[in-house]
Amino acid sequence: MAMRPLLLLPEIVLFLGGLAVLVSGSFLPRTRQWVTRAIAAVALVAAAILAAVDLPSPAQPAMEGTFTVDTATGVARIVAALGTLIVLALASDEVAGSPRESETYALFLFSTTGTLVLAGADDLLVVVVGFLLASIPLYGLIGIARTPRGAEAAMKTYLLGALFGILLLLGVTLLYGVSATTSYADLTGRLAEAPQGVVAAGVVAVLGGLMFKAGGIPGHFWVPDAAEGAGGAVAAFLTTVPKIGAMVAAYRLIAMLPDTLAWPLLVAVLAVASMTLGNLAAYWQTDPRRLLGWSTVSQVGYLLVPVAVAGRSDLALPSLLLYLAGYTVTNLAAFAVTTAFPDRRDLDSYRGMGRARPWLGASLVVALLGLVGTPPTVVFAGKLTTTAAAWDGGLAWLAVLVFVNTVISLFYYLRWIASVYGRGEPPARTLPEGAFVPRAWSATAAVVTSALSLVLGIGAGVLWSVFSI
Amino acid sequence: MLSLIVFLPLAAALALLALPRLGDTAVRWAWVAVAAADLALVVAAWLRYETPTPGRLAFEEQAEWIPGVNSSYHLGVDGLSLPLIAMTAVIFLACAIFALRETDRPRLQAALFLFLQSVSMGLFVAADLILFFVFFDLSIVGMYFVIAGWGHGNAARSAMKFFLYTFLGSLALLVGFIGLYIAADPHTFDMVELAEQTPLAGSSLAGGLVLAAILVGLAVKTPTVPFHTWLPPAHTDAPAIGSAVLAGVLLKMGAYGFVRIAMPMLPEAWRDWAWVIVVVGIVSVVYGALVALAQTNFKRMVAYTSVNHMGYIVLAVGAAGLVADDTAQARSIAVTGAVTQMVSHGLITGALFLLAGVLQDRAATYDMDSYGGLAGPAPRFAAFFAVGAFASLGLPGLSGFIAEFQIFTGSIAAAPVTAIALVGILLTAALFLRALQRIFTGETRCRSVGFTDLRAAEVWSVGPLLVLSLLIGVFPRPLLAVIEPAAEVAVELVGR
Repeated sequence: MAMRPLLLLPEIVLFLGGLAVLVSGSFLPRTRQWVTRAIAAVALVAAAILAAVDLPSPAQPAMEGTFTVDTATGVARIVAALGTLIVLALASDEVAGSPRESETYALFLFSTTGTLVLAGADDLLVVVVGFLLASIPLYGLIGIARTPRGAEAAMKTYLLGALFGILLLLGVTLLYGVSATTSYADLTGRLAEAPQGVVAAGVVAVLGGLMFKAGGIPGHFWVPDAAEGAGGAVAAFLTTVPKIGAMVAAYRLIAMLPDTLAWPLLVAVLAVASMTLGNLAAYWQTDPRRLLGWSTVSQVGYLLVPVAVAGRSDLALPSLLLYLAGYTVTNLAAFAVTTAFPDRRDLDSYRGMGRARPWLGASLVVALLGLVGTPPTVVFAGKLTTTAAAWDGGLAWLAVLVFVNTVISLFYYLRWIASVYGRGEPPARTLPEGAFVPRAWSATAAVVTSALSLVLGIGAGVLWSVFSI
Repeated sequence: MLSLIVFLPLAAALALLALPRLGDTAVRWAWVAVAAADLALVVAAWLRYETPTPGRLAFEEQAEWIPGVNSSYHLGVDGLSLPLIAMTAVIFLACAIFALRETDRPRLQAALFLFLQSVSMGLFVAADLILFFVFFDLSIVGMYFVIAGWGHGNAARSAMKFFLYTFLGSLALLVGFIGLYIAADPHTFDMVELAEQTPLAGSSLAGGLVLAAILVGLAVKTPTVPFHTWLPPAHTDAPAIGSAVLAGVLLKMGAYGFVRIAMPMLPEAWRDWAWVIVVVGIVSVVYGALVALAQTNFKRMVAYTSVNHMGYIVLAVGAAGLVADDTAQARSIAVTGAVTQMVSHGLITGALFLLAGVLQDRAATYDMDSYGGLAGPAPRFAAFFAVGAFASLGLPGLSGFIAEFQIFTGSIAAAPVTAIALVGILLTAALFLRALQRIFTGETRCRSVGFTDLRAAEVWSVGPLLVLSLLIGVFPRPLLAVIEPAAEVAVELVGR
């Protein structure tokens, strides 16, 4: 076992990029802060390229076996880096010229690094490190807009994050206590012989921590508030990127566990709870970002479906990665539409948008129907393969519940679409400004990501062959 | 060939959207030209068509799509699908001509209908379950926007109801498809392979559940009682050409699924549950006719007769599952009748809904009591309407008769009890005659006064549909020659 730090080059690039952004930002005048944005973008693209170069090689351990560089890590790196790149585009409209521009970009990069550490972690202690590195910048990001709602959301997220962080540490302690190791490679065998009650408590606590990061039940309470209270770009980031690391980490955790307890059932129950609660809570939301916030809670439920059959179906890991990639693109497309019209914070205020801005209207339709899982968007391919994986792994009922929930979710997404294409003018109380004048970067990002969601859906076969190396 | 037929309209739709400088008139004629070209391609395919060996498809095309789950881009036609794609091309061309007078966002409308045409064509030629599902779902999305965007009355609500209801059905269908996929060894979504393998044979519980999921999905789309409640509001509030496509083409997707997917892939479960399907068919026939009889809104009435007419198809395919040694020929006649009925119903109901659109256009109401003596001011409209009504009630010499005659010949031979459904024919005859009487006879009054007769575009869109119905009624041979071999194969497959 060797350190082989070069295997972590994408993470290193992102972190150093963050530092460079932070340092150069404090020396640059307010009007030239765009340079920091360029640095951040270069770091993200470089990380994605480095990860793509590494992707075809077989799994390699790094840092003395505590970190794995395999297909899952590689895909998570690419998706997270490109996802954050899109978030940067959304932020260009929002924070350009604001007092904390470079700090925002730096925090994005640090949090993305944390997510990637989580994704590759093959050791419980590294999971903790990744958790903290991904979470702490996030607290700052949520509050950085300095609005009352932002402050409330930051506080809520911080308190919950502290609670679940402690829970995570407790779980790690318990598992270490009964196995005398934190490395996944040794845990499988030792946990099989350990007292099952302690193992169960420990795993549930660790999983709880990861669910906080992913924004699924039981750690979901902060998601809708943060999505509503934080700035648009931050909301897009926190509902998308952290999930990538958390879901891959959850997959590795479940796949590592010995077959002594009914882990698939536990994860399946969490999945059903997340998707059902997220969908029902989203029903009558009127703020589009809060609606999307709840929708992401339900999406975590769908993402947990392949995790439930980790190691029991060959389809599980590729389908998880496919869903993650598809979800990232599609969810960012939906958020991009909300950041294109940052003042329209009511579904009714979108009335007439479809006619005034046909391309953005079409993007929103693709994004929302994509989140439902309508073909041919990429989330459909993800949903199809994840449910096939669940069925293949012996959880046919879970597959059925996924589709029942999909129907439930259709209604609130359609509410938004109906308002976009509804006739008449927006009601006066919701009208911030007359015409629909979208912010340039966000509008472009929305069109590009929604087109990407279609292209990836049609080309899902290519993605699949990459993901199942 | 098939790819071209499927994607030509879509490419044209994108071109229309990409060329914003094109004037509205040019857009409308471009739509007609593309729909005509697509029809020409279908006709060319029909002329070159040779019945494939049993279990195979003609004009096959296959390319890798998602190899990880063994789903491929696989197209092909046989005697079950070829008549349907021809019918689809005809209906869409009729709609394009009918819409030549449309003033409300003609570019978007043309693009949307061309998109729907691609989707419908794709569904009927798909030979892969996922591909089928993709088109199935997209047809729902397209129709939602047609109803919500160009409908009248309570369009937003009807569109939402339509979307939610049929989307629920489509997901049930997807569950069934995944069940088939998992049960198949090796796992595959390919229709041809699945029909060969018949996965789930021998496990009646799993087979029954998977069939139930697929049946629910298809029954919502068809629709059969008790899943039909989305249909009347959707039709009433949809624009005329939207209704024509919805009834003419989209409803066939459900019925087509029965013969293409459920029967050949789950023969054992189909036989076990054949009686249930027969009963649902009979109930749909009688109930649809009875409710139609009670309507005063003409469009709602036609919508309910669709439930009745689709009921005959369900009845026939159900009867095809009542396997006995000496009824193979009768069951094959029933299936032939079912496919003929799909074509016939598409043409006739398409025509009737377009005519209903004329009512709405001239007098803004479908209420039959608001008219009277309309034959005086609008003789051409009256003549077309009468032909459509007689075709729909199954008058000999028109396509409806050929279809229903075969359905009953086959079904009654397989199960005499299906004769109950004959009541349906009687009721439809009564309700159409009554509608004719209410709208056209007597003194010219109310909304009939000053009613403009059919215009050229309307004549040239509705006329060909009725002429085709007449042609099929008088010379059914060319159509039946294509359908019969495929129906025999279907009956053989379900008898395995």
